[in-house]
Amino acid sequence: MLEIDDVRVGYHRSTVLHGVSVEVPKDGVAAVLGHNGAGKSTLLRAAVGLLTPTAGRVRLDGEDITRRRPHERVARGMAYVPQGQQAFPHLTTAENLRLVADGRRRGKAAVDEALHLFPALRTLASRRAGLLSGGQRQQLAIARALVTGPRVLLLDEPTEGIQPSVVTEIEETILALAGRGGLSVLLVEQHVGFAMRAAQRYYVLESGRVTSSGTGGREAEASVREALSV
Amino acid sequence: MTVILGQTFTGISIGAVLLLIALGLSLTFGQMNVINMAHGEFIMAGAYTTYVLQKSISDAGMSLLVALPVAFLVSGALGALLEWLLIRRLYLRPLDTLLVTWGVSLMLQQLARDIFGAPNVQTRAPDWLTGNVTLIGGADPLTVANSRLFILGLAVAAVVALASTLRLTPLGRRIRAVVQNRDLAEVSGISTARVDRTAFFVGSGLAGIAGVALTLVGPIGPTMGTNVIIDAFLVIVVGGIGQLKGTVIVAFVLGVLQSVLEYSTTVSVAKVLVLVAIVAFLQWRPQGLYTLRTRSLV
Repeated sequence: MLEIDDVRVGYHRSTVLHGVSVEVPKDGVAAVLGHNGAGKSTLLRAAVGLLTPTAGRVRLDGEDITRRRPHERVARGMAYVPQGQQAFPHLTTAENLRLVADGRRRGKAAVDEALHLFPALRTLASRRAGLLSGGQRQQLAIARALVTGPRVLLLDEPTEGIQPSVVTEIEETILALAGRGGLSVLLVEQHVGFAMRAAQRYYVLESGRVTSSGTGGREAEASVREALSV
Repeated sequence: MTVILGQTFTGISIGAVLLLIALGLSLTFGQMNVINMAHGEFIMAGAYTTYVLQKSISDAGMSLLVALPVAFLVSGALGALLEWLLIRRLYLRPLDTLLVTWGVSLMLQQLARDIFGAPNVQTRAPDWLTGNVTLIGGADPLTVANSRLFILGLAVAAVVALASTLRLTPLGRRIRAVVQNRDLAEVSGISTARVDRTAFFVGSGLAGIAGVALTLVGPIGPTMGTNVIIDAFLVIVVGGIGQLKGTVIVAFVLGVLQSVLEYSTTVSVAKVLVLVAIVAFLQWRPQGLYTLRTRSLV
């Protein structure tokens, strides 16, 4: 599905990822775990095209998309929810979703489906996104990504900095999305329990290198915690 | 009373001209944060388009009406070309953009001199714009030139069209999204390069329409854009960058202020006093008249 193959990437002259390879299985979830500064967000930014690798390849369904612009990757079925509950703050909730739906076949139906997943957003339709709470903005960010009709969803710490009741709701939604088929997920997450519950594959990233990887699931959680505690 | 009303209406009419000049900049500078010093030359291109069309269409009224869409297209195309050739490489370098577009402005002025000559030229106003309308009759009547009313109507129509485009159309949503967060727009599936070019086309096209309007109140010359560009930037900065509502209000307030001060002093003194008022206002509200509230850091 999505293959990130031996990617080296960085900012200016400083290299952050030193030949990282990650594979997201078709209709499955791959989780990337690691401490702050390990290069997790950089990996997702390279996957979606916001950073261009100096070496290595990014492939989607076998097609080399390493040099494609981000919007071209979205057109090919990739969606990205960045870290930090990002939305267009001066657009309303409804406009944030319509913006992505404009010009798409099934755009309106996709917005309805996204609002079905996050019903709280319906009542906030006319409120500017900049005035929403962090949890509401994160729901909006995930909804906006889903409106593009993705086959691969990249999620960068979707539960970070959000109140616990909304975290549970977001986690359940991500698990439901991953479980219904037709969607692969690359999940960057600090919350080990949730990541290992959701993932079929996991990768532990340390100083820009994969130091441990394997099959996901609760049974692998202890070894991941051990790897992260070193 | 008639004097006060007369000066107020003169001010509104000055404000309408200011608004037309500033409207295109409110998109390219206010929304996209591009300091385009060549914007004045797009106004000039619109004015010369009117002049050229009047040479081939003898009916002055018809040529003026044809000039509105043609000037929009000509100036819009110049703006899109400038964006494609230079500005897209400079989006995160505002000072470089300022210098480069200033150079382009000088080149366009020289091009106009080469094509049309250094002396100013003039267009003929159509008959239906040469008279006056009497707003208040009697011994001390209040009259307003038809051409000023036309410019006011044109400014209102342009504001409504731009506001509707930004608020209600997919293009408007895309422009606002790109302005607010370029990376997020790109990863939401929006081609930001295409949106930039389209926005620049529309903003520069509006400058072309302003150029057509200016042919009704003054001569056409290679430096006509330079004469008005600073006023346009002032209107946008005082109104609040990116705030169309602020641009509209400030254009009319400055127009009326200028008119009232001109009545009691001279044109030059009034200009200085308006500038002093602007400086004082910006000391008090550096962000301009309007800003948007947000809880987001984006």
